[in-house]
Amino acid sequence: MAYPTDRKYTKEHEWIQSSGTSATVGITNYAQESLGDIVFVEVPKVGAELTSGKTFGTVESVKAVSDLFSPVSGTVTEVNADLATSPEKVNKDPHGSWMIKLTLKNPAELDGLLSAADYEKFVAEEAGK
Amino acid sequence: MSLVEATPAGIATTIRKTALNAVHRQMGAKMVDFNGWDMPVEYPAAIGCGVINEHMAVRTGVGIFDVSHMGDIRLAGPQALAAVQHISMNDASRLAVGQAQYSALLYPEGTFVDDVIVHRLADEDYLLVINAGTREKDFSWVRDNTRKFNCAVENLSDDFTQIAIQGPKAVNLLQKLTDADLSAVKFYWVTRGRVCGLNNILIGRTGYTAEDGFEIYIPSDEETSARVWNEILTAGKEFCVVPCGLGARNTLRLEGGLSLYGHEISDTINVWEAGLDRFCKMEKPDFIGRSTLEKAKAAGVTRSLVGLEMTERGIARDGHKVFDGSREIGYVTSGSPAPFLKKNIALAYVPKEFATVGTPVKVEVRGQHLGAVVVPTPFYKRPKKIA
Repeated sequence: MAYPTDRKYTKEHEWIQSSGTSATVGITNYAQESLGDIVFVEVPKVGAELTSGKTFGTVESVKAVSDLFSPVSGTVTEVNADLATSPEKVNKDPHGSWMIKLTLKNPAELDGLLSAADYEKFVAEEAGK
Repeated sequence: MSLVEATPAGIATTIRKTALNAVHRQMGAKMVDFNGWDMPVEYPAAIGCGVINEHMAVRTGVGIFDVSHMGDIRLAGPQALAAVQHISMNDASRLAVGQAQYSALLYPEGTFVDDVIVHRLADEDYLLVINAGTREKDFSWVRDNTRKFNCAVENLSDDFTQIAIQGPKAVNLLQKLTDADLSAVKFYWVTRGRVCGLNNILIGRTGYTAEDGFEIYIPSDEETSARVWNEILTAGKEFCVVPCGLGARNTLRLEGGLSLYGHEISDTINVWEAGLDRFCKMEKPDFIGRSTLEKAKAAGVTRSLVGLEMTERGIARDGHKVFDGSREIGYVTSGSPAPFLKKNIALAYVPKEFATVGTPVKVEVRGQHLGAVVVPTPFYKRPKKIA
């Protein structure tokens, strides 16, 4: 699967799509494939303050538990309530199933994240390990 | 995101492979280190697999598993029965030739060396099927504790590729590939027959999925193993057979309330605590562990293995602590979403006074105390067959 070029990526396998000072965050196709059948997504409430690189939630498959790391700092403005009842949507459409929306505290943080091409290279190396 | 296995993998210096390893990798299976074995945890979504699909296939159709990592110990000779009786807790004298039973090897303390399936293959010929992670320990233990008996003890663990064919359609699938009359083989009985052109293959109507099914023992060379695996998948197409990994094997056995060594049973848990009373025959001649178990029963059992169902949103996992209010009272031995029951379930050790069905408790999941309730086990029971 090709990684959309309209967003940035982290080495912890989150994607972030920004527009001005707002952004949307989810997990990548590589992440959902590694996890397997996703059965549980836990994200913070609207208003929560996130810090770049710190955990902000959890995603669980039948077999595995995984922390979600915030690609940037900011304030949660919306959560995808749909995933509480249909977490499997993340498997079906990882790059369309966003988890949270937030207001960026420091948009310059985005510059430190990976481009689609760099992320693709990174996961190819991960898979080869 | 960082991946953390919910079930800790075993520690081993060299990784071992079954004869089907290349086949699993070729199929795109996700591989994990399971007790030192490089095993498939699940097959790809692209071929209709993944833990949930694999689990559902076994509950409603048929799935196949490579379980060659399981070990096999043969005891044969004039005193084979006496030896088996001495080292295992169930009563092997009740076995007819061709019959099998669930049993366990115990330490003198009444705790578990391992749980096993004892098969009586001939008059004086018994086969013990043991767990992968305890192969060497079990064999040494069996050999050391049977020296006074006139019987040969052989480790056949590397001689077989063991394939489990499980699910309500397993009988239909395997019957296409064998001349043995499977309808005549009852649950926990074995037979021999021609399978995929191989003569005299041991076929047991056994499994670890709480479903009907069979386990076959074929020669462990890679070529034969791959051929039989692929022939089963081809013959099973009409039943929508899928290959299944250890992920589904674990969720299936958990729904069935079946114990896993290192989780529900171990060298620190005794038979009464594990609730395996019905497989422990105190009235049979003496066996290792018996006298301690007798005393333990008289003293009273203080903790019990119970089934839990989460009543609040969250998944209990192995090792999570169980609370009554703010008091820690026990721990989860196995916990997972149950794909067929569509609930979050767990097995846990709690004090006896909390073991009654309906008792509310809390499970600590990442710092949060979430509600759960004690429920009857097994969580899942397969529907009775209407003949």
